[in-house]
Amino acid sequence: MSTAVVDPAQATRLRRHYRRRHLLSRTALYTAAVLAALVCAGPFGYGAITALKLNADLYDASNNPFVFNEPATLDHVVFLFTDTAFATFVWNTMWVGLLVVAITLALAVPAAYALTRLDRPWAGPMGIAIFFVYLVPPTLLFLSLSRLVVATGLQDSTWSLVLIYPTITIPVSTWLLIGFLKALPRDIEEQAMVDGYSRLGAFTRTVVPLLFPGVVAIVVFAFTLVASEFIYALAFVSPSSEKVVSTGVPTELIRGDVFFWQSLQAAGVLIAVPIALLFNLLLARFISGFTQGAVKG
Amino acid sequence: MSSRATAPQGSPLRQLADREGFLAWAMLLPAVVYIVLVVAVPFGLAVAFAFSDVTAGDPSYDWVGLRNFARIFEDPVFWKALGNTFVFTAVSMALIIVLGKVLANILVADFHGKWVVRFLVLLPWTTPVALSTVAWLWLYDSVYSPIDWVLRNLGLIENHLYFLGRPELATASVIAVHVWRLVPLAAVIMMVGLLGIPTDVQDAAKVDGVGFWRRMFEVTIPLTMPLIAVAALFGAIFTFTDMAVVYILTRGGPTNSTQVLSSWAFIVGIEGGDIGQGAAIALFLFPLLLAAAVLILRAVRKIEVF
Amino acid sequence: MTVAVEVRDLHKSFDRGRVHAINGVDLATGEGEYLVLLGPSGCGKTTLLRIIAGLEQPSAGEVLIGGSVVNGLPPRVRKIAMVFQSYALYPHKTVLGNIVFPLKAQRLDNGQRPDKAQRRSKAEWSAELLGISHLLDRKPRQLSGGERQRVALARALVRDPQVFLLDEPLSNLDAKLRATARDELRRFQQRVGTTTVYVTHDQAEAMGLGDRIAVMDAGTVRQLGPPAEVYDDPADTFVATFIGSPPMNLVPRDGVFVGFRPEHLLPPEYVSGARITVPFEVERIEYLSGDRHAYGSVSRLGEQTRVVARLPATVTTPLAGGQTHEFAVATRRLCFFDASSGLRTDPVAVGA
Repeated sequence: MSTAVVDPAQATRLRRHYRRRHLLSRTALYTAAVLAALVCAGPFGYGAITALKLNADLYDASNNPFVFNEPATLDHVVFLFTDTAFATFVWNTMWVGLLVVAITLALAVPAAYALTRLDRPWAGPMGIAIFFVYLVPPTLLFLSLSRLVVATGLQDSTWSLVLIYPTITIPVSTWLLIGFLKALPRDIEEQAMVDGYSRLGAFTRTVVPLLFPGVVAIVVFAFTLVASEFIYALAFVSPSSEKVVSTGVPTELIRGDVFFWQSLQAAGVLIAVPIALLFNLLLARFISGFTQGAVKG
Repeated sequence: MSSRATAPQGSPLRQLADREGFLAWAMLLPAVVYIVLVVAVPFGLAVAFAFSDVTAGDPSYDWVGLRNFARIFEDPVFWKALGNTFVFTAVSMALIIVLGKVLANILVADFHGKWVVRFLVLLPWTTPVALSTVAWLWLYDSVYSPIDWVLRNLGLIENHLYFLGRPELATASVIAVHVWRLVPLAAVIMMVGLLGIPTDVQDAAKVDGVGFWRRMFEVTIPLTMPLIAVAALFGAIFTFTDMAVVYILTRGGPTNSTQVLSSWAFIVGIEGGDIGQGAAIALFLFPLLLAAAVLILRAVRKIEVF
Repeated sequence: MTVAVEVRDLHKSFDRGRVHAINGVDLATGEGEYLVLLGPSGCGKTTLLRIIAGLEQPSAGEVLIGGSVVNGLPPRVRKIAMVFQSYALYPHKTVLGNIVFPLKAQRLDNGQRPDKAQRRSKAEWSAELLGISHLLDRKPRQLSGGERQRVALARALVRDPQVFLLDEPLSNLDAKLRATARDELRRFQQRVGTTTVYVTHDQAEAMGLGDRIAVMDAGTVRQLGPPAEVYDDPADTFVATFIGSPPMNLVPRDGVFVGFRPEHLLPPEYVSGARITVPFEVERIEYLSGDRHAYGSVSRLGEQTRVVARLPATVTTPLAGGQTHEFAVATRRLCFFDASSGLRTDPVAVGA
C-alpha cells in the first residue's frame, strides 16, 4: 500500500488522457444539445422563414427553401390580422383560457387542500380517482358531450368550451397542487390556528398566500392545456367567430385545398413562442410540483 | 380539556369553519360534483350511446343492443384503425423512451446557453398540437417539402417523396410527429427523476471508480425507473388518444391507411353523424387506458421507496 | 515521514470568484496518519475533502497523493475511498451489491477485472471486518444508522484505498451511538493502518480520533497540531474559543487578551506553583455530570469580564451565587493573544 498512486510520468499521461476525454465529452454534449434544439425548434424556425416569403419565392420548387431568394415581406403576417379572424381566435382563446383557469383554481385549490391537510380516510382513494379522471381522454367523451352541449343550448358557442375545459384542467391541477401543498410546512397554519384563526381562516390567510408561486405555475399549465385542446373545440364549435386558435387556424386558413401557408406558419410561431417562454420561466416550479405530488407524504 | 373554556364564542358559521369533517366535504364537493357531471355522466352516456341508434339527425334513444358493434366489426377500416392505434403507440413509446432519456441527460447537464436550449426544446410540447402539426404539414408538403429538397440536392432521391401520399411513409410521418411532440414531455419527467437522485449517491459512484455507462445502467436508470415508466406511459396515453395529428396531417388517408380509433370515431360520429357507432368505436380505447393508468399509479407509488 | 496526501497553496472559489471557499491551504498528512479537519459549518472543510477526492477542481494550487500531482485526474484513478455524510448507499442494491459495486469497476494488478468469486470473497472479507456479514442480503432502507455507516465503510474498504476520506460520518447517528461508533472507527483505522482524512464540526470527535487536527475557519487553516497542542496551546483566539466546552475565557487587557481554560480557574488551594489570584464574583452555578460550572466575572486580570470556571468533582470548596471568592490561575496556563490580530503574542506581566 505504500506505493505511489501513480508515478509522475503515468500521472501526466493519465491527465492528458482525461483532459482529452473531458474535451470530447463536452464536444459531444454541445453537439447533442444543438442537435436537439434544432430538431425540436426546426419546424418553427422553418415556419418563421416561410411566413416572411413572397409567393413567388415560396412556390418555386427549385428555390432553396431555407433562404430568402426574393426580399422578405410582412404582407402575409399583416394579412393574418387584417383579412382573417386570427385576432378573434386569439381573443377567444384568451378569455376562454382565463375563465377556465379561474374556475379551475376556485375548485382545485380547496379540493387539493381537503385532500392533503384535512386527514380524511377517503383522501387517498379520492386522490387516485381524480388522477384517473385526468387520463379519461376527450376522445372518449366528445360524442356524448356533444349531445349534452346541444341539450344545454350551447352548441356553436365558445361558452360550451368554458363549461367543459375545466374537466381537463381540474384533475391535473389538483394533482400538482397536492404536490405544492405537501411542500408547505404544516407548522405555519397550525401556528395561525393557535393564534386564534379558524381552520378555514388559517387556510385563507396562510396557505393561500404561500401557495401563490404554485398557483402561478398552475395558471400557466392550465392555460396551455386549454390552448392546446383540439377535439372538443372542433366538435362543438363551427362558426368562425366563435372558434379558438387551435381549431380556427387549421380550419379557416386552409380553405378546401387552398393553403395560406405563410399566414399559417406565422400564426403557429406567434402562438408557440410566448407560451413556451412562459412555460420555460416556470419549468423549475412545475417540476417540483410534479415530484412532490408523486411522492406520498 | 374543559369544554366550557373551549366552547366557540362566535356564530354557528364560525363553528363550521373549524369542523374539519364539514370543511373537507365543503372544499372537495364542488370539484367532485363538477367532474361527476361533466365527466362521469357523459362517460355513462357514451357507453349507453354505443348500444343505441342515436344520430345527429335523430337524437331519440333506442336500444339496439350489439348492432353497432356488429357493424363496426364488419368494417375493415375499424380493424385498420385499431391496428394502427397499437402500432403508432408502441413504436412512438419505444422511441419516446430512448430519445427522452437522451434529452433528459442533456437537459440536466451544465453548459452555456442552457436556457435557450431548454426553451427551444420545450416548443414542441407547449405549442398547441394543432398548430405544430400544421408546421409539420408544410414540412411534409408534396411539392415544396424542404426535406425533399435536401434529399434531392444530396442526390439521394430523384423525385418527390409524397410523404403523406404513400401508406408506409404517411405512417412514419405521423409517428415522427408524435415522437417529436412528446419527447420533450418525457424528457422533463425523466429530468425530475434525475434531479431527485441525491448528489452524494452520484458522487459515491464516481469515487467508487465507476465509468459513465456503468453508472448509467447500474445507478441512474434503476433509481429513476419509476419516472421513466411514468414518462413512457404518459407518452403512450397521449399518442393513443390523440386525433389532432392524424386528422390534420392525413385525415386518416391515404385510403384510411393511417386511420386511428379516435380519428375514425370522430369521422363516423361527428362528421358522419352516427353517434351510436362513433361511441362504440371510441369505447375500445377505454380498457387499455385503464390498464395504462393502473401501471402509472404503480410506478408513482414506487417513487416513494427511494 | 512519507507524505500520503498533500495540498499546496490550494484555492477554491465559486460563482466566478465571488465566494471564496478555500483561501490558500497547505496541508500534508503522514503515511497512516489520522488527520482531522475541524471547523464550523461553511469553513471550507468539506470542499477541501471533495477537492482531494477529485469531485471538485481547485481554482489554484496542487493536490498530491502518494507524491504525485493528481490535479485533473478523476476520482477513480486517485486510489481514494470516501464515506459521505449521508453514506450514499445505493438504495436499489443490497448490502452485498453495494460493497461489490466498486470492485466491478476495478482492475487487478494484471490488468484484468476481478471475477465474480474474487469480488464476493473480497466483499465478505470487508463485511467480516466490520461485523456486518449477517446483513449482506438486506436493502439499505432496512438498516439502522449505525449499520449503514458500516456498510459505507465496508464499501470504502474493498477499494484498498491509499487514503480514506470521511465526511462527517457520525453526524447522522444519535448521541449515544456516536460515542461507540467513534471508538470503533478509531480501532478500525488502527487495524487497517490506512491514511485517513476526516472532516467534522464536532470537537469531541476531532479530539478523540485525530493524530493531528487542522482547525479551519473561513477557508484557511488556523492551526495544525496534535489534539493536546491545539487545546492547550491555541494559535489564535478563534481556535481558543472554538475548541473547548465551555470555551477558553478571554480577558481584555491593554491591547491583549489574557486567555485561560475554565478548568484552570480554581480555588487557590488547588493551584500549585506560580499563580495569580483573582477575585471571582460568582453569579450562578450549574451541575453537569459531577462537575460544577461557575459563571461569574473576574477583575484584576484585566477588565472586568464574564468568565466560566469548571470545577471537577474533586474540588469541594463550597460556593454560592452572589458571593465573591478568591480564585487563582497557574501562570503557565495563561495564553496571550494580540487583541487586533487575534494571534498569540508574548506573555505580558499581569498584576499579582
